[in-house]
Amino acid sequence: MSFNVLICGVGGQGIVLASRLVAVTAMNEGYTVNTAETIGMSQREGSVVSHVRFGNEIKGSLIPEGFVDVIVGFEPSEVLRNIKYLKKGGKIIMNSKGIFPVSKSNNYKPEKIIEYIIENFNGTICMDFTKFAEELGNSKSLNVIMLGALFYADFIPISFEKFLETVKNEIPEKYLSLNISAAKKGAEEISKFLEGKYE
Amino acid sequence: MTSNKFLMGNEAIALSAIASGVQFATGYPGTPSTEVMETLIKNAKKYGYYVEWATNEKVALETAIGASFSGTDTIVTMKQVGLNVASDPLMSLTYLGVKGALVLLVTDDPGPHSSQTEQDTRSFGLFSNVPVIDPSDSKEAYKMTKYAFELSKKYETPVILRTTTRVSHRCDDVLVDDLNKIPFKTSGFSKDSRWAIFPRLTAERHPVLEALQNTLSEEFSNSNFNFIQGTGKIGIITSGASYHYVVESISNNKHDFSILKIGTPYPFPEKKVFEFINSVDCILIVEELDPYLEDQTLKLIGKLGINKPVYGKYNKYFPCCGEYNVKLVLDGINKVLESLNYEKIKFSNVIDTQNVNVPLPVRPPTLCAGCMHRTVFYGFKKVSKEFEKKGIQTIFSGDIGCYTLGNAPPIELIDTCICMGAGISVASGISKTSKNSKNVAFIGDSTFFHSGIPAVISAVYNKSDITIAVLDNRTTAMTGHQPHPGTGKTAGFEDTKLIEIEGILKSCGLDFVKSVSTENLDECINVSRESIEYNGPSAVVFRGNCVSLVKSKLKCRVDTEKCTGCKICFEELGCPAIVMDRDIPNITSNCIACGLCVAVCPFNAIINEGNCYEL
Repeated sequence: MSFNVLICGVGGQGIVLASRLVAVTAMNEGYTVNTAETIGMSQREGSVVSHVRFGNEIKGSLIPEGFVDVIVGFEPSEVLRNIKYLKKGGKIIMNSKGIFPVSKSNNYKPEKIIEYIIENFNGTICMDFTKFAEELGNSKSLNVIMLGALFYADFIPISFEKFLETVKNEIPEKYLSLNISAAKKGAEEISKFLEGKYE
Repeated sequence: MTSNKFLMGNEAIALSAIASGVQFATGYPGTPSTEVMETLIKNAKKYGYYVEWATNEKVALETAIGASFSGTDTIVTMKQVGLNVASDPLMSLTYLGVKGALVLLVTDDPGPHSSQTEQDTRSFGLFSNVPVIDPSDSKEAYKMTKYAFELSKKYETPVILRTTTRVSHRCDDVLVDDLNKIPFKTSGFSKDSRWAIFPRLTAERHPVLEALQNTLSEEFSNSNFNFIQGTGKIGIITSGASYHYVVESISNNKHDFSILKIGTPYPFPEKKVFEFINSVDCILIVEELDPYLEDQTLKLIGKLGINKPVYGKYNKYFPCCGEYNVKLVLDGINKVLESLNYEKIKFSNVIDTQNVNVPLPVRPPTLCAGCMHRTVFYGFKKVSKEFEKKGIQTIFSGDIGCYTLGNAPPIELIDTCICMGAGISVASGISKTSKNSKNVAFIGDSTFFHSGIPAVISAVYNKSDITIAVLDNRTTAMTGHQPHPGTGKTAGFEDTKLIEIEGILKSCGLDFVKSVSTENLDECINVSRESIEYNGPSAVVFRGNCVSLVKSKLKCRVDTEKCTGCKICFEELGCPAIVMDRDIPNITSNCIACGLCVAVCPFNAIINEGNCYEL
């Protein structure tokens, strides 16, 4: 067994913690786990990618192109930037909220990219997860909301309850209740989506 | 007792050092090595060993040598370019040897992701006669760190533990020992002629050092860290992160291949390699950075008169530059298979992304929203335009730190960048050789202590007409906010004597030394102009807080009534908190109210909701 998750987005969105939570959940399930962060020189607002791999053997920390089972994308253009890693039939769970780079010649249109991804990749779920985070009153909870959705949607072969356990064990007391709410919020919204309550 | 922990390679190394009984740890921060010291610092009190940050890598190694000469087990950490700074003591140390273990953790950065070079520390091991251990993941990093300590003690030699970014910064589940507090133990320094290098001692020690290389090569040939996998006739020699790429590349065609994984690249385990070469028909060498294993293998083949083809970097089957990955390794292996008339290995699950032609936004590295460096750069840029009108060119020499990003658009103010501390010396050199120019050198606070001071002294001594701009944000920001002598805090954030940068500058002989807060743009501009106009060496300490350490509840906002859409704030500052909302700038939630946009807006259309810093 071998499963590859690629988490991508923009610096400051909590990608490193997200990959840690997925990895620790898999480790507690008895899998061999490894992760790699590709952060480059960007301090903030730069592209961030985290590779999470779990299964029965140790592997290279970078997932090869065409081997990702699911992309968890915190930002639309970052999903497309990493699309070559997705395997045929791989799934995508994506935040619809675009983050604009600091650049004079800026013609970034997130809606175009979202449209392209949904048209070309069948297993895509795209929702405004940023809005859900704002509803919870803390935009920083975006990462755990998206993971809650990921686990609840069965896009990953580990149950939502196991993920919730990891949140309880890994998140410091001070931020615990927010993060439990976030995980549950993700699960709740994705279940509404899967039942066809969203357009 | 052992337990499974999810650890970064660097954390695994630190915990293994603690399990090995380390008593003294020092280093200088540098990506991707920093978390080794960070983890050691975090656990120092709990397990009872001593930690400190040094002002640079040379100082770190020399301090560790002192501790080792006293019989203390030590670890020193740095990145590959840091080893260049520490090379002087290292070359002598290897002749003398050590008493307590001395493990030198050096991290290489293929890619590179955050370095000036792609140099290979394995070659440094060969150059300096220091054994090199080269793990490929966190599990191996844990086991091999223990071995490095044992080896160092057993043979009284320094040992280089070398990793690359993909080993330092990958995380794995690692089986770790339960750690115990060990009371600080040291035998203390005892006087002995063997600790003082003089020509006579060098001559005496050199043959011993050469003999040790043979002994270690023998030991490594029997080490489990160099192992053979598979029985196929196509042989692959590999090491480090590349080992995993190789295993994954050939996973569907394993029977054709056998792999020799080298965990101890220097001294080369010749006997083991010879045994492997004999068992295969041809040899592929897969390694990042220098063709180090390839050189060693070719040398061995030549020495023994073996006639077998070797496919590597020299005959262009694998690239000499950049970081490796499965695709790149597979392409190389397939090129070899093709020339051997074997069928190529294919992965069938790759999607065709040739037709993805939706344009993607570029996200260049940028200074943080509210970064104090932006104010300084903006100010100097203004002043340089004034000088330009008078026909005088202003040349800006940069340095290594987050302020190197002053090079990026729209600031574009860094004209030279070599290595830490070099900005000041380069500016001095230009000032002596470039007519009708004004020369400004930028240096950060941590870098100033690292290697800036000798350059300041030289500039003053040699009467260079330069301006030294110290960008003091009260921390070593680029590597994760480590304290330094200018912060008044030790590695463990205990209070200590604060070494004042202005005082040092003055005692280096500078007559023009000023400090200015970066909260006031006008004052920054005035002091910049004044310091450049000053005839002779001048220095300004620009002081502010690193935004990562400052929390501000306040934000700036745009008064849409007053805003004319001139875009000056957006286009000239490159602040990530300012985005264009159609034709009007919008200030996003990552604003910390530094107020720079307020100061540059010609229409007073940006309002600061207060300017209050909370540390």
